[in-house]
Amino acid sequence: MIRTTSLQPTVHEDESKSTLGFWIYLMTDCIIFATLFAVYAVMQNNTFGGPGGSDIFDIPFVLIETLLLLTSSYTMGLVLLALHRRDLSQIKIWLGLTFMLGAAFLGMELYEFRHLIHEGHTWQQSGFLSAYFTLVGTHGLHILVGLLWIAVLLAIILRRGLSASVRKRLLLLSLFWHFLDIIWIFIFTIVYLAGVL
Amino acid sequence: MNHQTTKTTTPHHQGSLLSYTVGFILSLVLTIIPFFAVMEGLIAGPSAILLLTGCALAQLLVQLFLFLHLGGKGQRLNLMVFLFMLLVVIILVVGTLWIMNNLHYNMVPTEQIDQYMSEQSQKGF
Repeated sequence: MIRTTSLQPTVHEDESKSTLGFWIYLMTDCIIFATLFAVYAVMQNNTFGGPGGSDIFDIPFVLIETLLLLTSSYTMGLVLLALHRRDLSQIKIWLGLTFMLGAAFLGMELYEFRHLIHEGHTWQQSGFLSAYFTLVGTHGLHILVGLLWIAVLLAIILRRGLSASVRKRLLLLSLFWHFLDIIWIFIFTIVYLAGVL
Repeated sequence: MNHQTTKTTTPHHQGSLLSYTVGFILSLVLTIIPFFAVMEGLIAGPSAILLLTGCALAQLLVQLFLFLHLGGKGQRLNLMVFLFMLLVVIILVVGTLWIMNNLHYNMVPTEQIDQYMSEQSQKGF
């Protein structure tokens, strides 16, 4: 009894420390994306005779991508709520759903890239396309890392159930995933919607 | 006992089903509005930029507070780091656009360069 009460505060202190550390990482990641957004804003009109945004963007397609990612952010919130209730089966369901939504998002993005490259619009064609592929590709890479993280955690939860360290990792994962959704809002607005205006 | 468990399981997380659902619905609305405005061509020019920026920033705030729970209890340091990041980002983006637009403005127009080049080539270069 004494042991558990004396252990509790250190566990939480540890948790809030790693949350803060991870939060600082996310903020530096924000600066990377801000740099890429600035590059995109500068390069936007340097099409070098190639296509501009309004020629190649399929907005309804991208809207579906956006809705998939937004829904996955919501289901990640539901994972966290289930975690607070220590409801293992709900955690598995919502985490699995988050993974599928994220994978569908990444699949659609890769399909879009493949389509563009197939049409001959590679990142080598113009400054605009270089900036576009770098910005959207970096976000896609983050999503891929997030998917790997979800898969690993899901495997651990399925095999060994919940532990303090799994709990902590799920908390950090949810921060990461919500953060990626926020970055995507700006890609959707600045790159896609403003691109076809 | 019940009080004890809620206290220990939510040290810095104030999320509830209601807050996540409200955040989700608000985000959906703030995504659909600019989408239709752009697709139907309802707006153009400066008002379009204003609407897009407004919706994106509103959605940023919705997700920051309702999904990431920024500014909640025990989040003082997180908020400070966030505000510092915001400062860096603003300097970075505004500075970049300012400098690059200034460079662009000071550049010799392409027609003048072409004219100069053809004059030089006629002189025998």
